[in-house]
Amino acid sequence: MIEFSEVTKQFPDGTTAVDNLNLRIESGSFTVFVGPSGCGKTTSMRMINRMITPTSGTISVDGQDISKINPVKLRLGIGYVIQSAGLLPHRTVVDNVATVPVLRGDSRRAARKAALEVLERVGLDLSLATRYPAQLSGGQQQRVGVARALAADPPILLMDEPFSAVDPVVREDLQSEMQRLQAELRKTIVFVTHDIDEAVKLGDRVAVFGRGGRLQQYDEPQRVLSSPATDFVSDFVGRDRGYRGLSFRGAGEVVLHNIRTSTEDRLTELPLGQGEWALVVTPQGTPRGWIDVTGVEAIRAGRMLSEAASAGGSLFGKGGDLRQALDSAISSPSGIGVAVDESGAVVGGIDATEVIEQLARQRQAEDEERNRQFFSVDT
Amino acid sequence: MNYLIDNFPKVLDLTRTHLYLALVPLLIGLLISIPVGAAIRNISWLRRVTLTVASIAFTIPSLALFVMIPSLVGLKILDPLNVVIALTVYATALLVRAVPEALDSVPAAVIDSSTAMGFTSLRRAVTVELPLAIPVLVASIRVVAVTNISLVSVGSLIGIGGLGKLFTEGYQRDYPDEILAGIIAIVVLALAFDALLYIAGRLLTPWTRTTTKKVARA
Repeated sequence: MIEFSEVTKQFPDGTTAVDNLNLRIESGSFTVFVGPSGCGKTTSMRMINRMITPTSGTISVDGQDISKINPVKLRLGIGYVIQSAGLLPHRTVVDNVATVPVLRGDSRRAARKAALEVLERVGLDLSLATRYPAQLSGGQQQRVGVARALAADPPILLMDEPFSAVDPVVREDLQSEMQRLQAELRKTIVFVTHDIDEAVKLGDRVAVFGRGGRLQQYDEPQRVLSSPATDFVSDFVGRDRGYRGLSFRGAGEVVLHNIRTSTEDRLTELPLGQGEWALVVTPQGTPRGWIDVTGVEAIRAGRMLSEAASAGGSLFGKGGDLRQALDSAISSPSGIGVAVDESGAVVGGIDATEVIEQLARQRQAEDEERNRQFFSVDT
Repeated sequence: MNYLIDNFPKVLDLTRTHLYLALVPLLIGLLISIPVGAAIRNISWLRRVTLTVASIAFTIPSLALFVMIPSLVGLKILDPLNVVIALTVYATALLVRAVPEALDSVPAAVIDSSTAMGFTSLRRAVTVELPLAIPVLVASIRVVAVTNISLVSVGSLIGIGGLGKLFTEGYQRDYPDEILAGIIAIVVLALAFDALLYIAGRLLTPWTRTTTKKVARA
C-alpha cells in the first residue's frame, strides 16, 4: 500500500506542482494518474521512489515513511518504466533486463538467465536478446522496458507515460499486454498518462489531477466517466464521455445478423441491387472490405479489388463491449458492423440501432434494480 | 628519403622516445581529467573556473613552459621529465574541458532511468555515463594525441625531443634530407596513432554501429 498524506511539492521557482495530496493506493491495484501537462501527476509519481522530495507531507509504502529509507535501496524494490523505455543504449537487451538483479547483487549469469524468462513473459522473441536497444522498434523497446522493470520481481511498478511514444496500433497491443501481465502478477502499479482513454482502459482506480497540482477525483474509471466530481473532470474527460462509458457495458446480448459475403473470385457473379452492400471475405472468412454495385461493375471492368472495394470499419471481436459494437457499425461504409471470432473470421453483422436499444434495455434494468432497493427500504 | 632509409634504426629509436614523450602525458592527462571533469561537471561555478584556468594554461607557449619547468620543479634542464610535465599540462588543459562535454552528451533520460532503477551515483558514473561518453571523448583524445606528437619535437630545442632531434641536427648540419625524414616520421606517427585511436574507439562502442541495420517491427 502506498499512502500520500498532505503531500505538497513546490519548486524553487515558486510553482506548486502538487498541492496537499492525500491518496491511498491499495496493494495489487492498477492506479492511473491522469491529467493535462503540468498537473503534478508525474511529480507525484516520482515522489514515490524519491526521485523528487516533497516540500511537506509524508509518503509511506506499506506503512513505512519512505523519507527514512535509503533511496537506492528503496528504488531497487520499485520497478520503473518511462517513455521510450529509458534503456541503456550500450547494453544488449538481455543485459538491460538483468540490470536490477545485478544491482541487487545477483551474479551476472543468474541474472541473465532470469532475464530471458522475463523477456518471454512479456512476449518478446528471444532472438532479440543479444541486440542493442537501437536495433529494436519502439514497441519492442517498450516491452524490454517493462521486462526490465519486472526482472527483480518488485512489488511496485511506476510507469511514466510508457506508451505515449509508440503508434496507436502498437500502443493498443502494449496496453492489452499490460492488462494480461497485471492479471497474472497483481503488482501495485502507478501509471501516469495524459490520455483519458488509456486511463479508463487500464486503471482499477483513476486519479484525475487538475491545474495547480490538485487532485480532482479518485475513483473507479466508470464513475469518473459517469459522475465527474468537478467541472474540471467533466471537461477533461470530454464531451464524448457518454460514448466512452459504453466501453464498460458488455455487448453479449447484441443480436448478430447474417450478412451477405462473397469471396474475391465470385464477385463478378454477385447480384447486388442499388444501395446494397456485400462483404468481401478471404477463403478463410476474414473480412477484406465492403463492395456495392458500382464496385462490382468496376471488378467486371477488370479493376483491382483494392480499388473497387471500400475499406471496412472497425471489427467487433468476441466478448467486446457496447462501444466497440457501436463503433463497428458507425465506422462501416455499409452501416453494418462486422463481428469476427478469435480466428478473425466473420460471424455476423451488427446494427447500430440495436446497439442503442441494447443500451436502453441495460439502463432500464439498472433503474428497476435501483428502484427495487428503494421499495425494500419502505417496507 | 635516403636519410630515412640509411638511418632507419636511429629513426626507429627516436620514434620510440617520441612516442613515450607524447603518450605518457596523454595517459596522465586522462587519469587526472576523468575524475576531475566528472566532479566539476555539475557545479557550474567550479566548471567555469576550471575551464578558465585550463584555457590560460593552454595559451602558455610550449617553449616557455619547457624552459620554466626545470626551475619550478627543480629538475635538470636535460631531464626528459620536463617535456612529460609540460605536455601533461597541455593534455590536461584540453581534456578537462572535453570530459564534462563528453558526459553532457549522455542522454538525460538514460541517467534519470538509471538513477530510478537504483544505481548509486558512482556506479552510474563508471558503468553508464563513462561508456556512453566514449564516442565524444575519443574525438578529443585523438586531438590531444596528435597535438602531443607534434609538440614533442619542440622539446628538441632544449635537447629532448624524440624525432625533433632530426630537425635540430638537420638544421645545424644544413642537411635538408634529415629534416624531411623527421617530418615524414612525425606525420606517419601522428596519422597511425590517430587511426589506432579511431579503431579503438569503435571497438569499445559496438552499440553505436547498430542503428543502420534493419529494424524489426513490434
